[in-house]
Amino acid sequence: MATKTAEVEARGGQSRHRALGLSDERALAIYEVMRLARAVDERMWLINRQGRAPFVISCQGQEGAQVGSAMALKPGYDWVAPYYRDAGVVLALGMTARDQMLSFFAKREDPSSAGRQMPGHFGSQRLHILTGGSPVATQLLHAAGIALASRIRKEDAVTIAYFGEGASSEGDCHEAMNFAGIHKLGVIFVCENNGYAISVPQSKQMAIQNVADRAPGYGFPGVVVDGNDVLAVYQATRDAVSRARAGEGPTLIEAKTYRFTAHSSDDDDRRYRQAEEVAVWRQKDPILRYQRYLREAGALTDSVEAAITERVTAQVDDATEYAEQAPDPSADDLLPHVFAREVD
Amino acid sequence: MAQKTVIEAIREGMDEEMARDQSVFIMGEDVGQRGGVFLATDGLFKKYGADRVIDTPLAESTIVGLAIGAAANGMRPIAEIQFADFIAPAMNQIIEEAARICYRTNGDLNLPIVIRAPWGGGVHGALYHSQSIEALFAHVPGLKVVAPGTPADAKGLLKSAVRDPDPVLYLEHKRTYRLIKGEVPDGDRLVPIGKAEVKRQGKDLSLIAYGLMLHYCLEAAETLAAEGVEAEVLDLRTIKPLDVAAVIATTRKTGKVLVVHEDNPFAGVAAEVMAVIMEQAFDALDAPVMRLTGPDVPAMPFNHVLEAAFMPSPEKILAKARELAKY
Amino acid sequence: MAVVTMPQLGESITEGTIARWLKKVGDPVKKYESLVEVITDKVNAEVPAPVAGVLKEIRVQEGATVTVGTEICVIEESQLSPPSREPSISSPPSREGQGRVPPPTRNVGEEAHGRLSPAVRTLADEQGIGDEELARIQGTGVGGRISKRDLQDYIERRGTAPAQSPPSREGQGRVPAMESPPSGEGQGRVPAMESPPSREGQGRVLPQDEAVPLSAIRRSIATHMVKSKQTTPHAWTVAEVDMTNVVRFRRSVKESFKQREGVDLTYLPIVIKGVVEQLKENPRLNASWGEDKIVVHHDFNIGIAVSIDDGLVVPVIHQADKLSIAALAKATDDLARRARAQKLTLPDVQGGTFTVNNPGTFGNILSYAIINSPEAAILSMEAIVKRPVVLDGDAIAVRSMMNLCLSFDHRVMDGANAARFLQGLRRWLEGVSDQLPLY
Repeated sequence: MATKTAEVEARGGQSRHRALGLSDERALAIYEVMRLARAVDERMWLINRQGRAPFVISCQGQEGAQVGSAMALKPGYDWVAPYYRDAGVVLALGMTARDQMLSFFAKREDPSSAGRQMPGHFGSQRLHILTGGSPVATQLLHAAGIALASRIRKEDAVTIAYFGEGASSEGDCHEAMNFAGIHKLGVIFVCENNGYAISVPQSKQMAIQNVADRAPGYGFPGVVVDGNDVLAVYQATRDAVSRARAGEGPTLIEAKTYRFTAHSSDDDDRRYRQAEEVAVWRQKDPILRYQRYLREAGALTDSVEAAITERVTAQVDDATEYAEQAPDPSADDLLPHVFAREVD
Repeated sequence: MAQKTVIEAIREGMDEEMARDQSVFIMGEDVGQRGGVFLATDGLFKKYGADRVIDTPLAESTIVGLAIGAAANGMRPIAEIQFADFIAPAMNQIIEEAARICYRTNGDLNLPIVIRAPWGGGVHGALYHSQSIEALFAHVPGLKVVAPGTPADAKGLLKSAVRDPDPVLYLEHKRTYRLIKGEVPDGDRLVPIGKAEVKRQGKDLSLIAYGLMLHYCLEAAETLAAEGVEAEVLDLRTIKPLDVAAVIATTRKTGKVLVVHEDNPFAGVAAEVMAVIMEQAFDALDAPVMRLTGPDVPAMPFNHVLEAAFMPSPEKILAKARELAKY
Repeated sequence: MAVVTMPQLGESITEGTIARWLKKVGDPVKKYESLVEVITDKVNAEVPAPVAGVLKEIRVQEGATVTVGTEICVIEESQLSPPSREPSISSPPSREGQGRVPPPTRNVGEEAHGRLSPAVRTLADEQGIGDEELARIQGTGVGGRISKRDLQDYIERRGTAPAQSPPSREGQGRVPAMESPPSGEGQGRVPAMESPPSREGQGRVLPQDEAVPLSAIRRSIATHMVKSKQTTPHAWTVAEVDMTNVVRFRRSVKESFKQREGVDLTYLPIVIKGVVEQLKENPRLNASWGEDKIVVHHDFNIGIAVSIDDGLVVPVIHQADKLSIAALAKATDDLARRARAQKLTLPDVQGGTFTVNNPGTFGNILSYAIINSPEAAILSMEAIVKRPVVLDGDAIAVRSMMNLCLSFDHRVMDGANAARFLQGLRRWLEGVSDQLPLY
């Protein structure tokens, strides 16, 4: 593998990932997480359409923005406040296919909420993944609060707040950016702009082309990046992380991307967008693009690809079976943990 | 022991907790440089610095949202909302996020946050500086709500609130800030959340109240005593979780109960107290349980005649208590 | 003369300090001109004069802190200015009786009269004070109601002796080792009122009617009967018994028996003997309903219903299966005698597992007895009446016939058990011969 890349480089070719400081292993790891995220998601749709689970909310099409950014963090040290679509983020940071499936089937062993929340409501204090609820954009203030705590303790941990362009209309988004900008907090705002908030297109969500253009209004830089170019996202995030760790404050990264599926399994996207449009974006699939790149760079061969496919499939199959067999919570599991400490 | 006002006791409580625990910090509008619009945080900015006493923008959702994030990352924030009347923009963060996070993570994440807010009327505050909000929040599982009425309770409950691992809404009656002075024990004394206190023993009827109304009830009780009626006064101190045992005990003792609060009547705290009494002490009742509350209008108006018409007073409490005693 | 008081310079402010007088006594003062600098916790301010005139008197010196509303100075108004109609700008907020909005009051008096609060009820029950006694207490509550205090005073005056128990105790007996049934009756002790009788059926009292006060026994029977009917699904069946042989047997031995034993040999002990034999064959009749089980009793404690003055009592023959007919005769005689003399003891009325009733002595031929809760069945022996009956072979003969009526708890058993028992008893009675052992 390394030999191949060296050959390419010897021929004067560019190895983008190396230039970014990524080893081949790391570059392939990124690819594998993207593949895993996609595979888990596809399996969930199948199961849902079979009537075996009530709800799916997808990451398909946005793996580049999610995995590219998350891989720039130190897992378990830095923090993320993801939104419901960020399966790629949480898988990159240490959640497993089993975790995803347990949540999908709402089983007792689900680490995010023991089956209390819908899928897509990730959470793990151990992995520094902040629990998410359903109200949109509340997590941006939480992310600023996490960063505030890091600042008070003089730690250089960085927090990424993920959100869609729809969430940027909520007051909490403005309030979070405002506060983070005032105090130059170590928080990075990553907007996965997929052009739709369920059915509402960007043109009805804002008067401007780029969410990132608002950043200077809060006193920090905004960066627009091709969200389906995983290495571009990685680079932009890595730079933002450096800024943040150095105390230079927030960055707003707007990753332009696209949602391949409907908003969720309860949505019918044919009611508001054309199949042709989806097909065009499918050609810009971040996984396919990265795959092409990795092959050209010599890092991805047939056998490596096959091995990855086998691992991913095995994980998905194992996760599905494990989760489906896992026990449901019982009625007794309804009452505990309203408080950390009940008053007798 | 020393005599202190309610506001002094609260300030002292915060000071002592901040000195004791590095993770405790304060944020809110005007809390830093100015020391708070009521001077609740006077002197703390100078003592602890801008990192631990933070002046926030004019944004209540920010104040609570930041507190949640900071608590998730190991801090113990004391978030001040300048007036209880302005807490509404933070509702989403309080009831959808703060109240539910321990439950929705199945105990993986708990939030040791305190949200302080001055409440209550009798200060010509009009519609937007006089409201009672305790019932709204007591209704939501996952929040603890306290409303001390005396300096000793204010300090002790603040300490308990800061050290509690769950979100606590700490309500300070603004009229009591400087009006009420009392003995505050020295040292690190905690008043437990969830425990009411009998402030005056009696056998003929029970007055149940909190905040400013506690003091009005005590005043009425003195007059009643001169008339041969011994009123017991139970200070709830904590709204949620309600000290049901104390409520039932006083009910069983006297058989006649009057619940008093400033808040509007519908689904107010009195309604819950009365329901609990009906459920658990019906056989001990010698009269219907009664309540005396503010009326069903959107907060008390500015004009003093209208404000007085709204607020319960010692005289109104006395009249109602006499009716109860005679029943 | 205008008196100026310490103003309230902010919400929650209760006092102020005179920092500096800007005018001295004798100075002329224009309306709204600054008089004095005041310091409070929140705000420092200059207090303007309410009227034009001359500063006549300063009542609070610089440096002093006074509460809001305290008089701080006096201004003598000048002639030229019209009498000030403005209210003092520092008038303290008045709390007293300003437009109180009284809650709508009902005519509580009428509603409360005659009603007893739960607290009064509880206390009355605890002290064994019944309705008629309560009715005699003077109430001082609204509308003349009896308040808890009234009742407490009454109890104190009366002394705290519990209600006197009549010597004859009604058969409230419970089976010793049984789990408490929902009726929650005491151990056959004084039948204090357990639940107040329903107030609906107060019974209209017309002018000529006589109101008969309730004796303790009557009250107790009423409660017991209601409870039994309410909790136990009663079913009923009848067997006709040809008592001719029994009649003949009894006639042949009664004289000698009386001489020997000193008591009459009635039909009752003979029937009881038969009953006990059949209970052994049909144990389900000797049982009690236990909510989640049926408790089949080990002992055969037969209660016999005895009629007394305006009442009924059911003393119990314990371990009747161990007694001979003679012993049963002596036992029934003794219990009935003591019952009528009101000399029964507590054990006499406890522990019954089955009851035998003898309304036949009144002459009736069918009766539907109420089960003596918590037992599962009660047997009534009806009158022995000569009747023409058809015998085997279709011959008609005159025989002494007696109905045996059985009321049973349909939770514990079904018609089949009941019938088996009755038919067994019938066969036994019809099979009585001269050789029936008395001892």
